[in-house]
Amino acid sequence: MPPNPLPNKERMKIQRQHMPEQDAQQRTHNFKEVNLGLPVERARQEALRCIACAKPTCMIECPVGVKVREFLDLILAEDYLGAAAKIREDNALPAITGRVCPQEDQCEGACILNKKGDSLAIGYLERFVADYEQKTGKLGLPPVARKTGKKVAIVGSGPAGLSCAGDLIQKGHEVRVFEALHELGGVLVYGIPEFRLPRDIVRQEIHNLRRMGVEFETNVVVGKTVTIDELMQNERYDAVFIATGAGLPVFLNIPGEHLVGVFSANEFLTRVNLMRGYRFPEYDEPLYDCKDKDVVVIGGGNTAMDAVRTSLRLGAKSAALLYRRSEAEMPARKEEVAHARQEGVDFQMLVNPVEFLGDEHGRLRSVRCQRMELGEPDASGRRRPVPIAGSEFTRPAALAIIAVGTTANPMIQSSTPDLKTNKWRYIEADPETQRTSKRGVFAGGDIVTGGATVILAMGAGRKAAKSVHEYLTTGSW
Amino acid sequence: MFRILETRELGRGVKMFVIEAARIARKQKPGQFVIVRLYEHGERIPLTIADSDPHEGTITLVVQGIGKTTCLLNMLEAGDSILDIVGPLGKPSEIQHYGTAVVIGGGVGTAIALPTARALRQAGNYVISILGARSRDLVILEEEVRKVSNETHICTDDGTYGRKGLVTDKLKDLLSGPYPIDYILAIGPVPMMRAVAKETKFTGVKTIVSLNSIMVDGTGMCGGCRVLVNKKNQFACVDGPEFEAEAVNFDVLTERNSAYRDKEQQALKDLLANPEHELEIIRMEMKKHFVEAISGEETSEVNHAS
Repeated sequence: MPPNPLPNKERMKIQRQHMPEQDAQQRTHNFKEVNLGLPVERARQEALRCIACAKPTCMIECPVGVKVREFLDLILAEDYLGAAAKIREDNALPAITGRVCPQEDQCEGACILNKKGDSLAIGYLERFVADYEQKTGKLGLPPVARKTGKKVAIVGSGPAGLSCAGDLIQKGHEVRVFEALHELGGVLVYGIPEFRLPRDIVRQEIHNLRRMGVEFETNVVVGKTVTIDELMQNERYDAVFIATGAGLPVFLNIPGEHLVGVFSANEFLTRVNLMRGYRFPEYDEPLYDCKDKDVVVIGGGNTAMDAVRTSLRLGAKSAALLYRRSEAEMPARKEEVAHARQEGVDFQMLVNPVEFLGDEHGRLRSVRCQRMELGEPDASGRRRPVPIAGSEFTRPAALAIIAVGTTANPMIQSSTPDLKTNKWRYIEADPETQRTSKRGVFAGGDIVTGGATVILAMGAGRKAAKSVHEYLTTGSW
Repeated sequence: MFRILETRELGRGVKMFVIEAARIARKQKPGQFVIVRLYEHGERIPLTIADSDPHEGTITLVVQGIGKTTCLLNMLEAGDSILDIVGPLGKPSEIQHYGTAVVIGGGVGTAIALPTARALRQAGNYVISILGARSRDLVILEEEVRKVSNETHICTDDGTYGRKGLVTDKLKDLLSGPYPIDYILAIGPVPMMRAVAKETKFTGVKTIVSLNSIMVDGTGMCGGCRVLVNKKNQFACVDGPEFEAEAVNFDVLTERNSAYRDKEQQALKDLLANPEHELEIIRMEMKKHFVEAISGEETSEVNHAS
């Protein structure tokens, strides 16, 4: 019997399942996850909606090529661990991507059901399968090949590094991941808040990689603690994959940015997520008080959403998002925007800060802003925001969090002279093979492309793994 | 985990630690620092490396108990461990043959200035060291400093040892003396570095200070340590920690360093109310990590000290 007994007509009558959520009023007072996950019956109901089209565009549009239809069939066959193993063949971190991927732009955006109604909720189902593993404590692990005796160093334990590690360990190579911070996971633990991606989920996925044989070493800043050349010459790594991520925060370069109370989103989120500053004094790292304060967050991406929603959970009196374009241009995931709005974030569109104003103690008190309008499209294809003359106004703010992106951290590049970089100091790597200008060295993720998404970084990690494996088996560069 | 091999009391509330950290010891250069996290609920704080021994695989830290973390650290003894140490971070000091170099260490800053003074001497400079402290029992590492310096002068605020007065009083004498000064390095409390900067501003003598900003990651990722240098944002962790004194905006540095003052004071008060309790928590954690390491529970997660 085929896994899906329904004729296509019946399948298309089923409504897309809604994700159960924690109530908006309640959740702004805690850091627990907003989305609660589909129960098994509803997951199976959702899986029934797939019409098994001839050309699986969902899989084609997935940056890591998850075999969507095959794992859906395994869900319908009630083999949930089998479904997990199927996903893991292409995606080392299903519990994470099921939560943070911009599915609307990828698998679900390409889903044929989109044309007549709502797309299949592929992200919800991926998460369902991964959560099933976690709940049962069992793991759908793909088989691991015989040991090859080759050693690979991976620099950075964020999404690109972890996905590369997951693939290479399956090929039988010895894999060691170096992390600069004291905790593994990169942006998954310092950047993305718990209400979107609980820390235990990340820990579990890393533990799974460990069970497959991946080794981890924290507190190593490659470029400082050890260089790429030392890894290859002294520690005898046959190949290195550089996946150090987004790097340095960009500031606005406007007056008053040095004031106490002005933070990069990286710092604000790191103090909350990685260092648990919101639980002071139980945790030692202090956090600048948001309680009953006016908070503004500048930017329109996922990081801006994370920061502004975090400030609400820390008790902000008001939490406003200042974005210099209009909502249509905001790069954040739709779900994050919707959640932020439900939680009471004040969306101030077409507003650009021009100066931070402080008191005599050097602490932020207000932000001077100007209103913008949209002009001609710029290089990015989005309409360029242009200031409206005489539109300046001041709004009170005790905290301003800047989330307008990042630039390359030059630490590795400057300690590895034969590694080519582009004019923005990102590492040059072939988009298909992820090879750099240096033999045996590969790079991928944000350190190559600039700030992007978790899944794109994972896609780069996979491509790198494939090409590292090829290099290690053929020896040709 | 990073094992403490040796400790020594250098002065009142100032303690020296020799710690196993092979990777860091191999790479450390004068002027660089580490970020330390003592235990699982601990904060990350920067501490400048006072010395290292690449053959023994050890680094030396000199710590003055000021806040919760430094006071807690100073309660640890040989045989204890520190959960996380990462480094060496920051740019090393620029060591050149300048001619006559004056190295000023204020309080615990002396420990940080010492390796740079040694390197300056080895590079052929005539090294004049000035040690400043509030009182005699806070003068540290005098013997070591004398060993690497051609001249050593000591100033105490209360006159209990050496000359009564500030390090800048001695510096003034040197600047107006018969011999030209070519290079000045000042490491210590912000008011001291600010005073040195003011003193040398119009002399044209290259003057370097080492800034002690608040940091989290120490690799440029958070930007919390930013300081205004020549009216521009610079990150003390990756662009520094050493900067030309006259370019530094010390007002902003002072304001930014006081951002968490209330909480720091609260944390310290809580610690001092029951220090043994906190120490017990840390030691229990050490035991847990040690057991995990030998039982193979987390076999693959190896810290590089082991």
